Amino acid sequence: MPVTQTETGKIWQRRTTREQWLGWLGWIVLVALFMYCWDVMNRGTMWSFVSDAPRQAADLLNRSWPPRWSYMERLWIPLWDTINIATLGTLLGIIVAVPVAFLAARNTTPSAVIVRPIALFVIVASRSINSLIWALLLVTILGPGLLAGILAIALRSIGFIGKLLYEAIEEIDETQVEAVRATGAGSMQVMDYAIVPQVLPAFAGISVFRWDINIRESTILGLVGAGGIGAQLQSSLNTLAWSQITVIFALILVTVVVSEWVSAKVRHAII
Amino acid sequence: MSATAPVAGRKWKRPPLFFQSKALRYFIYGAALVYLVLALGTLNINWVRVAEGTERAGRFISGFIQPDFTTRGRDIWNGLIESLTMTFTATVVGVLISVPIGIGAARNIAPPFVYMVCRSIIAISRAFQEIVIAILFVAMFGFGPFAGFLTLSFATIGFLSKLLAEDIEDIDESQSEAIRATGASWFQLINYAIQPQVMPRLIGLSVYRLDINFRESAVIGIVGAGGIGATLNTSMSRYDYDTAGAILLIIILLVMAAEYSSSHIRKWVQ
Repeated sequence: MPVTQTETGKIWQRRTTREQWLGWLGWIVLVALFMYCWDVMNRGTMWSFVSDAPRQAADLLNRSWPPRWSYMERLWIPLWDTINIATLGTLLGIIVAVPVAFLAARNTTPSAVIVRPIALFVIVASRSINSLIWALLLVTILGPGLLAGILAIALRSIGFIGKLLYEAIEEIDETQVEAVRATGAGSMQVMDYAIVPQVLPAFAGISVFRWDINIRESTILGLVGAGGIGAQLQSSLNTLAWSQITVIFALILVTVVVSEWVSAKVRHAII
Repeated sequence: MSATAPVAGRKWKRPPLFFQSKALRYFIYGAALVYLVLALGTLNINWVRVAEGTERAGRFISGFIQPDFTTRGRDIWNGLIESLTMTFTATVVGVLISVPIGIGAARNIAPPFVYMVCRSIIAISRAFQEIVIAILFVAMFGFGPFAGFLTLSFATIGFLSKLLAEDIEDIDESQSEAIRATGASWFQLINYAIQPQVMPRLIGLSVYRLDINFRESAVIGIVGAGGIGATLNTSMSRYDYDTAGAILLIIILLVMAAEYSSSHIRKWVQ
């Protein structure tokens, strides 16, 4: 932090002149890049549609109010399906993710050179594709329905649970492992008595957290044909039945809030 | 751990990992079992259709192994450019809007009324996932990346303001007290006490959100908000698996690159 001596006394400034100039240069580059991207992005934008938006919004609001509450009775089964997609998908994801996490953790992997990179690749590949894209693929392969949704949720969950769990395994207290090993325990017994009890709370927390995210995601998987409430949303969108869409959005909101509450309660109880 | 002494004739038994009460444990396991039976019973899977799918799965995997980048190269390129530009512009606009909202939503520096307003804005933005917002914006603003840009900006606000507000609430109060003691105004307080403390985190979070926005930009195209997702959706509905494989590979590579560089930048600023 520079202090300049002038006739009237010392003047303190937060940055040196050089830092100031570099800061301004950074801002100019950022603004220029933004302007360029904005220009490229809006090449195909119809500004007449954009300026029309307030009218469209008013029209939309007009058509979606009042909500058609009688539509609710056709949503209970899709809601049950949605919850099943999320829950079964999470379970399936856990079943695959747990061994993958143990193979990926530096302190439990059987081979750091061959197995660990493969396990890490599985985790990264699963994490980088959104569950909606997984569903899009699986629907074309397996046909529309719940199975595609469950598998999509499971495939996305593997990476999430696997990553957080292997980080938890790497952070365990090694002294406990050493203590159990000192009793003459085999490697499986060390796993069972020293590692698992330490990561179990983290594991339960991660699973419930992912279940909560999965409920959120499974409500929209039906947009690409993977069943649940999203399927009703898609058919209502196709027929422009906005009064039904309001009901669906309300139901999604309630479901998400309830699942978030449940997951927060459970995690609070565990940790 | 049950405190049993190691006396001859007695054996140590490991206490159960979950639910110490036996009755509760059996009840929970029983309820889980009943749920599983019910859920699997109502699953209703068309196995004939699944069996037919194996042939398509084979074609899809071959499309993945021999991706076709060239036939629809123009479409892929356009989709990619749309995705990248809308990711960047949406992140910039989202960050610009979420800084004042984040400051307003911090309990220690904002008056109660402003706090309530900002917290409700955050709650609204976080309530719905990007796809639902994209559906609404596409209906209002028409198809294309502009709707996607609005969606991502909107989603960025909820994410960034919330984390920024929590960060401001966690700052070291002694520094702001020191600045306040010099007679600084509210803006000077923000500038000299709060901003230096939260700036590294804010940059880190913005870079992280840039990464998330790119992932999301690959998805919202499915409902018509432009970007690479739209190209992917088109190629899937054309059963053009070679192009779809190419697009997926591009998405995976870009997401991996974004995640890798964003975690590096975050480590570097913090």
